[in-house]
Amino acid sequence: MPGYAATMMKPRTAFDKMWDAHRIADLGGGTGLVLIDRVLLHERTGGIALKSLADAGRSVHAPDHAFATMDHVVDTLPGRTDRTIMPTGRDFIVATREAAQAAGITLFDLGDPRQGIVHVLSPEQGIVLPGVTLVCPDSHTCSQGALGALAWGIGSSEAEHALATSTLRVKKPKTMRVTIDGRLAPGVTPKDLALHLLGRFGSTGAKGHVVEYAGEAVRALDVEGRLTLCNMATEFSAFSALIAADETVFAYLKGRPYAPSGAAWEAAVADWRDLASDEGAVFDAELCVDAAEVCPMVTWGTSPQQAARLDGAVPGLDTVAGRDTREAYDRALAYMGLESGAPLIGLPIDAAFIGSCTNSRLSDLRRAAALLQGRHVAPGIRAICVPGSSQVKAAAEAEGLDRIFLAAGFEWREAGCSMCFFAGGESFGPQQRVISSTNRNFESRQGPGTRTHLASPETVAASAIAGAIADPRALA
Amino acid sequence: MTPFDQVTSLAVPLIRDNVDTDAIIPSREMTSVSKHGLADGLFAGWRYSDAKARVPNPDFVLNQPRLAGASILLGGANFGCGSSREHAAWALAEYGFRVVIAPSFNPIFRANCVRNGIVPVELDPTPIAAEAGAITVDLPSQTVTGASGHWPFAIDAEAKAMLIGGLDEIGLTLQRRDEIAAFRAADAARRPWAY
Ligand code: SF4
Repeated sequence: MPGYAATMMKPRTAFDKMWDAHRIADLGGGTGLVLIDRVLLHERTGGIALKSLADAGRSVHAPDHAFATMDHVVDTLPGRTDRTIMPTGRDFIVATREAAQAAGITLFDLGDPRQGIVHVLSPEQGIVLPGVTLVCPDSHTCSQGALGALAWGIGSSEAEHALATSTLRVKKPKTMRVTIDGRLAPGVTPKDLALHLLGRFGSTGAKGHVVEYAGEAVRALDVEGRLTLCNMATEFSAFSALIAADETVFAYLKGRPYAPSGAAWEAAVADWRDLASDEGAVFDAELCVDAAEVCPMVTWGTSPQQAARLDGAVPGLDTVAGRDTREAYDRALAYMGLESGAPLIGLPIDAAFIGSCTNSRLSDLRRAAALLQGRHVAPGIRAICVPGSSQVKAAAEAEGLDRIFLAAGFEWREAGCSMCFFAGGESFGPQQRVISSTNRNFESRQGPGTRTHLASPETVAASAIAGAIADPRALA
Repeated sequence: MTPFDQVTSLAVPLIRDNVDTDAIIPSREMTSVSKHGLADGLFAGWRYSDAKARVPNPDFVLNQPRLAGASILLGGANFGCGSSREHAAWALAEYGFRVVIAPSFNPIFRANCVRNGIVPVELDPTPIAAEAGAITVDLPSQTVTGASGHWPFAIDAEAKAMLIGGLDEIGLTLQRRDEIAAFRAADAARRPWAY
């Protein structure tokens, strides 16, 4: 069984090392039976997976390595209970709670100080570790590759399979390295980098690949920034994303509740140091970007690839042709109520949203609060801040960020996915233009007919103050 | 799962790029803790002019009377992108679709199709959409055939075997129980910190 260390073998990528260490059997046709170290569930899809497993008379193979949370369906209004604005939400909450109890898995339930969005709480609790395989029936599971893990989103049937067997049948994905050379300019965030990559290489730019983000600009990011970057790899059609674990990750994980401690910690770190891609390792594809070319970005359409420079304009069909067909382009503009060539800065908005597994961590809230301090959102703008986890919320409150958001006219919510997506509960309303720190601007993602512009938390805060899309660098 | 051999049907042309799973089955239609009862919500945002009252939108292709009961869907590039919700495949299957033909698929969606007895056929749908009558999708020979053409397609051996056999993957894997246990035991000695 090959370990992680580079031996006499040919140089391997970080992904190859993790694949080799987890492959139990070769099933032919490039498919492997792969050991799964961690399974995460949320109440939107987890209850169904646990229930169908139980209905089939099967049990969870490694309940100590499975965790569930309440994030998608629960309300985020203060004083929330099992009853939700979404008409049948309570059924999901109760079914997940009962199924998690019956299966003997840890549940971060309502009221638990560890509760939060699954991809926010997992790093926070040290559930995801470098070199583990981690799956969750949620497409943004790739976020967690930021810790040097192999983490990817699966469907419900696969979740049942992973729960029942601690394995998955996986067709070995190809690898891609995306190198960001140089340093991001001041005021340019990891979210801008993610949108830049989508705008430049398209939403199928990394199709089916495990993307390893590398290069000086990536190394310089803290763990929270890395989570933001990896989060949007699913918008890039990647199988998953990862950043090789380094001292930044080890320092972040040390002392976390589920991280190893004592002698086990030392042994773990020694293993993790060998996880980086070897010098000379060959990737199936490579992309290179100069960090200096990245500037603040905002989306103008209904696909994350429809992103442009914040200080630019809605591009003409000629610049996006080859990617968007005329039909897709026209459809996006009609939905968004925009015209070709319209400047993005100054476009009046109705609402502003800071939250989601992309940008709802403490550092995101701090940067937004720094712009909001002593300022107020424009009249008539609905502004909402939803911390990504109860722990983020408590930490933010301990340093007074809640008071800054509230004084600026923002709502301050309980942790959860909230209006990142519309599940029949709250929404922004038809034709409402929303500047949002989330990851998807699909039609009706945030409510029927809602027009979403994706941007960094800084841009959301600046726009809320201006009442129109605005450049945060002008406020700093 | 119903084993798949061959299907002959008219094809429903929904050739738009980046049809995401929110469009296939909007979140608001996923109201029960179940894999069933989703067919009505399939493409609800496009299919109904008033989704709540279920007023059909006559302009949407699924509502054309001659396509009622069709079991082949033609889609555009990057079909099934977005959220990994398996509900998208459940809704398509429950509605009666057995085949989706598109130039490219989101990988999670493609895997979910296979698990739910839907054949994801990677082909340019344009010439197929020009067929006036029914087309036949034959999985064993990996071909799509119409009056005017014959289009071979590629599919993973594993996916093909599962679709043709209507197999349950979990049962298949559990046959390797001992091998998995032995691997885990050796791995726990190698990576104690992961256990
Ligand atoms: S915050 Fe949004 S994108 Fe993230 S897991 Fe929740 S619903 Fe999905």
